Amino acid sequence: MTIRHHLSNPLLMAYAAGNLSEAFGLVVATHISLCDECRARLETFEAVGGAVVDSADTVAMADGSLESVLARLGPQDAAPAPRKRGFFPAPLADYVGGDLAAVHWRPLGMGVRQAILPTARGASARLLYIPAGQAVPDHGHRGTELTLVLQGAFRDESDRFGVGDVEIATEDLEHTPVAEAGMDCICLAATDAPLRFRAMLPRLLQPIFRI
Amino acid sequence: MGMLLDATPLRPIYGPAPVAPVITGSNAFDWVKRQALVSGGTETDWASLMLAVRDKQDRNAFAQLFRHFAPRVKAFLMKAGSDAATAEECAQDVMATLWQKSHLYDPARASVATWVFTIARNRRIDMARKARRPEPEAVLWGPDEEPDQADVYQADQETKRLSAALADLPEKQRALIKRAFYGDLSHSEIAAETGLPLGTIKSRIRLALDRLRQKMT
Repeated sequence: MTIRHHLSNPLLMAYAAGNLSEAFGLVVATHISLCDECRARLETFEAVGGAVVDSADTVAMADGSLESVLARLGPQDAAPAPRKRGFFPAPLADYVGGDLAAVHWRPLGMGVRQAILPTARGASARLLYIPAGQAVPDHGHRGTELTLVLQGAFRDESDRFGVGDVEIATEDLEHTPVAEAGMDCICLAATDAPLRFRAMLPRLLQPIFRI
Repeated sequence: MGMLLDATPLRPIYGPAPVAPVITGSNAFDWVKRQALVSGGTETDWASLMLAVRDKQDRNAFAQLFRHFAPRVKAFLMKAGSDAATAEECAQDVMATLWQKSHLYDPARASVATWVFTIARNRRIDMARKARRPEPEAVLWGPDEEPDQADVYQADQETKRLSAALADLPEKQRALIKRAFYGDLSHSEIAAETGLPLGTIKSRIRLALDRLRQKMT
């Protein structure tokens, strides 16, 4: 797997700072599970956080604070056994509640399926299943949309996205992603605003399908 | 002093890594202590204290870490919006987590300050929202493996250099970075450039990850 499309520095820094929505955080955590380049960049931003703490002012702890913490130190946790790798990287498997077989797909028409993942309001995450050669209706975005490819590949007006790649689509991008021939495409997508379809019919269906 | 010269030299950031002997946890601890002596040794060596907590359940080492980091974590949490009582309670929790989850501390990738920051950040997220907090799959050393000795010493040094670089930034830029880490800026408000020299840190973490992956396969 050669990853060509990575996470942006602002996304990684916001995640390092703990200020990314849960849905975007899920895409970031899943991509990083596949991409050591972005993991190294994330840990670099965490090092900046370390420097911020290191050079911070101090506020004195309460009297007896150390003693009370010492008194409650118990046995340390043991290192967990390495996890067996399934189709989904660990953070995504946690949200799905299992591997690919555990996904509750809902049909969107033309063989396209989706599964909404439970995340906090403000941004939403979903799995998309696009049959090989099939297009997702063209749509624009009010906010940002992150799409991470887990199987197969898709192309749109901007580029080709293969396994591990993330597309960061901003407000100005109107695009029609098409799954490549040969293999069905599975993606994890997150948006911080509802999608905006250009055609009438999907727009009417939007509230029903929550996309 | 002849013995001290036998310590593995720090390897360059770029180029092939020298083959290091496999060392146990306690060897790593002693090695870091020797390096602290070589480099002048007046500054407290957080990495070796943290390794003493991790590998020897050393409560004295923990107390030293607590005295240094707990007041900084408390200040950090108050800057991020907590009241003093909540920040006190959370700073205590953060330090207790540092003890309990010490197996997650990887001195080859994070300085102690960085590791403390990530625990404090996680505590802040859990406090601020009921939402779950997706985390990447962990990449950790096995029980019988240890990172390169040279790497163990570098992360703490880098935090010192990074703190100095942060202090040298123009006030406006430094304030923006701090606000980002206090959780005040969304990703669309964060600038792509920090103005900090981060290239060598990233390269070193990347090498440490590559070595970890080699051990895992």
